[in-house]
Amino acid sequence: MTVAVNPSQTGEPVFYLADEHPHPEGYSTSLGFWIYLMSDCLIFAMLFAAFGVLGANYAAGPAPKDLFDLDLVAVNTSMLLLSSITYGFAMLTMQQNKIAQTQMWLLITGLFGAAFIGIELTEFAHMIHEGATPQRSAFLSAFFTLVGTHGLHVSCGLIWLVTLMVQVWRFGLIEANRRRLMCLSMFWHFLDVVWIGVFTFVYLLGVLR
Amino acid sequence: MNTDTHASHADAHHHDDGHAHSTFSGYMLGFVLSVVLTAIPFWLVMSGMLPSKQITALVIMAFAIVQIVVHMIYFLHMSPKSENGWSMMALIFTIVMVVIALSGSLWVMNHLNSNMMPVHEMTGMK
Repeated sequence: MTVAVNPSQTGEPVFYLADEHPHPEGYSTSLGFWIYLMSDCLIFAMLFAAFGVLGANYAAGPAPKDLFDLDLVAVNTSMLLLSSITYGFAMLTMQQNKIAQTQMWLLITGLFGAAFIGIELTEFAHMIHEGATPQRSAFLSAFFTLVGTHGLHVSCGLIWLVTLMVQVWRFGLIEANRRRLMCLSMFWHFLDVVWIGVFTFVYLLGVLR
Repeated sequence: MNTDTHASHADAHHHDDGHAHSTFSGYMLGFVLSVVLTAIPFWLVMSGMLPSKQITALVIMAFAIVQIVVHMIYFLHMSPKSENGWSMMALIFTIVMVVIALSGSLWVMNHLNSNMMPVHEMTGMK
């Protein structure tokens, strides 16, 4: 876009370029993705608020003490933490341009993530089998919504991870794939941050109550 | 991005600015800190070491906050300089929103609960 400023004495309008200088592709991707993560953070904040309000309304149903197995939660937490560090190794090997090693670390990350989801689904199935369904009490509704939303995010992250492994396998560590892997890195570590809130406020404080 | 792993400042012009990011030692330090900061709260709750539940609750919440900061620095590579400060700006804005929403919800709903007329009094008013 060009904008006319004061015509000069000759009557000819003087133009200057009002456009921003061009940015390379993906210039603002990481900031944009960070802002998406912050909006996701607000979703989780609302779910935490709902759990905080309703977390003690058992409706004469089972309480956290009767339901939660802290050993299992500790195993699950370590799965997610290990997947965080293995994703970190994938990013390090990516910077060294080692495709095979990057793929291997991504695969290990995916396996830890799948183990996390598997353990969580087993826990949910066990609870539902015992009659602790989301319909049972406000506490359980809030619990399944919050922890289920987190699990859904991790599942989406797994799909994304497999997609990127196929991308890297087909096209190698091109600039676009590096950018995508970096976004997934932020997403994956962000989910681990949310899980810190989940195991502290839902599981540990729940059992303590 | 570049292929040089040793020079963390080499890609200072890129989206990840001069912050020392993606180093093996950084990830390992973050991981070890996270393991310790996770293990202690679990151990405190499972063993019931501390005399009162209130103290235990406060301690594990403090551990959670510290661990979130550790993850932010070592895994998410947050620094006041990343993206010319816009990442930090977005984060601070989000924290303000989250604090208002969480404390507001808990405060209001707690008062609503304590001011609600008990069910037996309500039935007596018919």
